[in-house]
Amino acid sequence: METFFQQVVSGLATGGIYASLALALVMIYQATDVVNYSQGEMAMFSTYLAWSMLNHGVPYWIAFFATVAIAFVGGVLVQRIIIRPVQNAPVLTIVIVCIGLLTIFNSIAGWIYSYVIQPFPSPFPKEPIKIGQIVFGQHDLGAIGVTLILLALIYVFFRFTSLGLAMRAAAHNPVSARLVGIRVGWMLALGWGMAALIGAVAGMMVAPVIFLEPNMMAGILIYAFASATLGGFTSPGGAVVGGFLVGVIENLAGTYVSFIGTSLKLTVALALIIVVLLVRPSGLFGRAVVHRV
Amino acid sequence: MTGEQTASADALVAARAAARRAELPRAWRLGGLAVVLALACVLPFLLSGFLVFQFTLVLVYAIALLGLNMLTGFNGQISLGHGAFYALGAYTTAIMVDRWHVPYAWTLPAAGVVCLVVGFFFGIPALRLEGIYLALATFALALAVPQILKYFDEWTGGSQGIVLSKPKPPWGLPISADQWLYFLTLAVTIILFVLGWNLLRGRTGRAIMAIRDNPIAAEAMGVNNALYKSLTFGVSACYTGIAGALSALSIAFVAPDTFNIFLSITFLVGIVIGGLGSISGAIFGALFTQFVPNYAQDISKAAPWAIYGIFLILFMYVMPRGVAGALRMLWHLARQRPRG
Repeated sequence: METFFQQVVSGLATGGIYASLALALVMIYQATDVVNYSQGEMAMFSTYLAWSMLNHGVPYWIAFFATVAIAFVGGVLVQRIIIRPVQNAPVLTIVIVCIGLLTIFNSIAGWIYSYVIQPFPSPFPKEPIKIGQIVFGQHDLGAIGVTLILLALIYVFFRFTSLGLAMRAAAHNPVSARLVGIRVGWMLALGWGMAALIGAVAGMMVAPVIFLEPNMMAGILIYAFASATLGGFTSPGGAVVGGFLVGVIENLAGTYVSFIGTSLKLTVALALIIVVLLVRPSGLFGRAVVHRV
Repeated sequence: MTGEQTASADALVAARAAARRAELPRAWRLGGLAVVLALACVLPFLLSGFLVFQFTLVLVYAIALLGLNMLTGFNGQISLGHGAFYALGAYTTAIMVDRWHVPYAWTLPAAGVVCLVVGFFFGIPALRLEGIYLALATFALALAVPQILKYFDEWTGGSQGIVLSKPKPPWGLPISADQWLYFLTLAVTIILFVLGWNLLRGRTGRAIMAIRDNPIAAEAMGVNNALYKSLTFGVSACYTGIAGALSALSIAFVAPDTFNIFLSITFLVGIVIGGLGSISGAIFGALFTQFVPNYAQDISKAAPWAIYGIFLILFMYVMPRGVAGALRMLWHLARQRPRG
């Protein structure tokens, strides 16, 4: 039984990471209707920025907030400069531009920082907390805490501020939103900025666990997709719950189903995506998209 | 014959003539095709062995891209997972040749049939998915491939893969193995392109495109959407599988990690760059897929993929509808200018 609880706890810990990146994906999808395939690489690049600041002796939390700010501005700039010219092109064209961005970020990070794996510090104490027989890593708890705080902030922003309302309006009905004076183009850019910000936080939370390297986000991104699919692409809260669920399912399946072990762990996430899409395409908490004919 | 009928017949003739004028004249098209074919036939005698090998891969990619274009460009189903069918075709050939000692020529149709069946059955659940959801499901399929291949290591040789020997030219032909493989691939490419063109220009092709443009209207006209969509998935997988089988023969080696997610992404990039919903687009896309990464490497050894990414974005800015779309537009402009 202790193994079971221990696995659930470590599942929740990795789940927190999936949850934060899934949140970033859902944010962009909500605000712009685009699935950003370069999300993970943007997060990785921000984490490298934080890493070089830390190497120059900047205290952790200052580096943290500076990175978050840079990521936000960077996200806005990427949307304004690179995505905007193809905004009205077919969806696949935008997908290809995102793939182009992905390879650019990945390659430049490898060029500047090399492909050597680097350790990344955690702001939380190292000693684990023990409750009974179950061990909680403080970094894991901290990462979960940060994710939940982020979610709360986003909820408040979208629910209670006029800017949040304007962003929702711009995504929901761009034409009408423009007619009531909302600058739809800037709302899209803000959406990208916020998603880049969330991605940067996720990157800095995941780097102490999986170490820092240009390809670190590839695996995480898949789990984030699985989480967002499970929770529903239309629901930020659902994406977070989905993230925790995917973390726990992945760990339990790896422990208790002998033929899966560690070698087919990724396949579990993928089977999950397909099953969810087949049984309930809108996810656990998403609302079904209704087409008008 | 009443006057009304003659009038409508005249209108029909005029409309057809206008449509014909919008496209390249038939003579131009046939001439262009003949030149390309002649060039393709003399190419292996003008180039070095390695370049011949590279052009063999261009043909292989062209087949795979035509397959994906049928699904994504003509039928509107986005697949980020065609690397999976490419891998399935390649492994079908590798296992048949290496384990069962089947003559290699027979493995090509076998790979096609295996992928046709698997693609058809994968197409059935895919019916319920649209747009990004289908992209995600197929993305998942492509990601799972290396792990699954490694898991069944009794058959696939695990992460070591399977080493094959390059087929020798038959009937004592005085050409090298690379040149023979090139001509074999060229023959298969021509057959598959002619079949594909025939499929897409007729009744079936119109049904496939109608589903893309307006599924409800297509259904109302009596098109069986479910059947056509799964069949398109099957045929598309079949093309990609045959391409995979040819790649296994020409590279003479298969290993799980070469069939990673980037292969599938490369295919999608190829059809969008070449031109969605265009048969010739598959060839432009194949040239891009094979040669642009090499040029990027030449420009910057340090960050070749950054250069590749910049190329991608610039291509999309200049030609949002791909090379084939841009050529069509240029032809249109050239036709209109003389009239003022």
